[in-house]
Amino acid sequence: MIRSDAPVLLEIRGLQASVEDQPILHGVDLTIRAGEIHAIMGRNGSGKSTLSKVLAGHPAYTVTGGSVSYRGENLLELEPEQRARIGLFLGFQYPVEIPGVSNLEFLRVATNARRVHRGHEELDTFAFEDLVRERLAVVQMDPAFLERSVNEGFSGGEKKRNEILQMALLEPLIAILDETDSGLDIDALRIVAGGVNQLASPDNATLLITHYQRLLDLITPDYVHVMAAGRILRSGGAELAEELERTGYDWVDQELARLGFAAPAAGALAEVS
Amino acid sequence: MVATPLAQSDSVGSTATAAAWEALAGAPLPTRRQEDWRFTDPAAFSRTEPCLWTGPDPWAGLTLPEGVTRLEPAVAEHQAVDLLRQTRCADHWPVRLNSRAQPAVLGLRVQADAGALVLDLDAAARGEVLALQLVLVLDAGAELDLALRFSADGGGLTSAVITAVLAEDAHLSLATAAAGHDAASLLTHVAVVQQPGSALELTSVTAGWGFSRLEPRILQHAGAASTRLRALQWVHGAQLADTHSLVRFEGPEGSLDQLHKSVADGHGRSVFNGAVQVPRQAQRTNAAQLSRSLLLSDRARIDTKPELEIVADDVKCAHGATVSQLQSDELFYLRSRGIGEAQAARLLLDGYCQEVLRELPVELASWDRLVQRLQGA
Repeated sequence: MIRSDAPVLLEIRGLQASVEDQPILHGVDLTIRAGEIHAIMGRNGSGKSTLSKVLAGHPAYTVTGGSVSYRGENLLELEPEQRARIGLFLGFQYPVEIPGVSNLEFLRVATNARRVHRGHEELDTFAFEDLVRERLAVVQMDPAFLERSVNEGFSGGEKKRNEILQMALLEPLIAILDETDSGLDIDALRIVAGGVNQLASPDNATLLITHYQRLLDLITPDYVHVMAAGRILRSGGAELAEELERTGYDWVDQELARLGFAAPAAGALAEVS
Repeated sequence: MVATPLAQSDSVGSTATAAAWEALAGAPLPTRRQEDWRFTDPAAFSRTEPCLWTGPDPWAGLTLPEGVTRLEPAVAEHQAVDLLRQTRCADHWPVRLNSRAQPAVLGLRVQADAGALVLDLDAAARGEVLALQLVLVLDAGAELDLALRFSADGGGLTSAVITAVLAEDAHLSLATAAAGHDAASLLTHVAVVQQPGSALELTSVTAGWGFSRLEPRILQHAGAASTRLRALQWVHGAQLADTHSLVRFEGPEGSLDQLHKSVADGHGRSVFNGAVQVPRQAQRTNAAQLSRSLLLSDRARIDTKPELEIVADDVKCAHGATVSQLQSDELFYLRSRGIGEAQAARLLLDGYCQEVLRELPVELASWDRLVQRLQGA
């Protein structure tokens, strides 16, 4: 939903970042207002996953230039946990398995960290169980997954549902979903996309990072951005995704050459997961 | 004695103190030149002169469950000597020390499904040598869940020798939780002889002792028994924890499932040596041993060594050893959900320990003292 008077949630200006001294982002500009759904598309190595990790504060990435403001606050000087508490959420492409840590306890501690920041009281075990059972419906998840260790032995689809369940509990203002569609069959994709749609509201915004059109058939973006060589090369509406589906990414190299940027050497921009 | 650098590091605080320990045990103190003590210097617990326990009988006031009777002291002692000989540890220094330190002996015979028994062994802050012997005889088909809590609040040494014989189809679940003190030492031998069809589950959690050494010695007398070992040891500060286990199969079709976990923080040292012996007659043995260690500080030290001697050719024997730090991807995942770094690390550590703690009976797993020691208190 595009409203020109909606408050700006995230403003990225000239963002440059590197990992292990290898520059990956070469100046990303992006503005996201409340109520909007954005999609970033691009080939492997274009920098789109790096952008999501930099925004979440992954310690392996170093910001070398530019700025990111989140509701007027300098996001880049906050620790990852502070970013989460103020309402930024990253849905992982590969959710991490944590043996021995109960999923239910993990969800409760995380939910309470966000609640305390918002001035709400912490939920005890019983109150939290009520809340989590209600939110399970968003992703049609079996309560049995609460009793297991975090993501341990979950299928690809179950891991992604668990990500969206976390999103439903944390109620972020900006949700960045990194390749949430990867590794999902069509039923799981429908459930996950349905969850994202249910959670979208005029007050929050979603940034989808994806390779394929198929996710965007289920979640209609307001804006589509194409990333290449660490920058946003082109932006448009939902129709840009459809065009990409028809024409592929071959035009990207020509566009990069036209703009005077060297096309990436094979492997030089490999994404670090 | 030749004054090599290694020999110097073996020397105890004073010759007189060492002599007193040697006199008590009737044998010279082990030195680091012996393979079994290479990483574990006994000087650490033998710096003060030994004095024998003058406190109350640690086994007093015991109420036995139905199906359990006391063995006559002479019978118990005879049984212990025999089991220690069979498991080839009668001449181990800690065993010799125990036998000569006027041990309090408790012998139990289990003839049925006896249910659960919890025993507390508290050395308090007496600074003495508390020597304990527990002798268990499980008749055919008998079952016992035995839980032991070892604690100390000051200097001194707790020396425990636990021996058990499991007749056919007997089932012993033995859990030990040891929550000590920086100045206290704990030496434990657990020698078990298993007959075919019997099952042993030994779970031990050790934390907070200045010096601790655990030696499980399991003999499957004719194979065809099941042995499950679970252990967790946690060291911080300048603590040292050492586990030397040995499982020997003297017949076919025995099984072993062993997991040893350790956490080393501060200047702590953790040692694990896991011997598994599968001689020619132990065909179709199925043994798996895994040692996992977590290094939390760059000043801590972990030594871990699987030691498999396999002669039989038709066996499955798996082993593995890992030493790692807290996983940065796990930490980031938790932090990205709003969980602060310290709390995230705590959750990961608790999760790491949980794999062993969940096997303890609730009386041990929820024991305040142990929970505190596992948090470095």
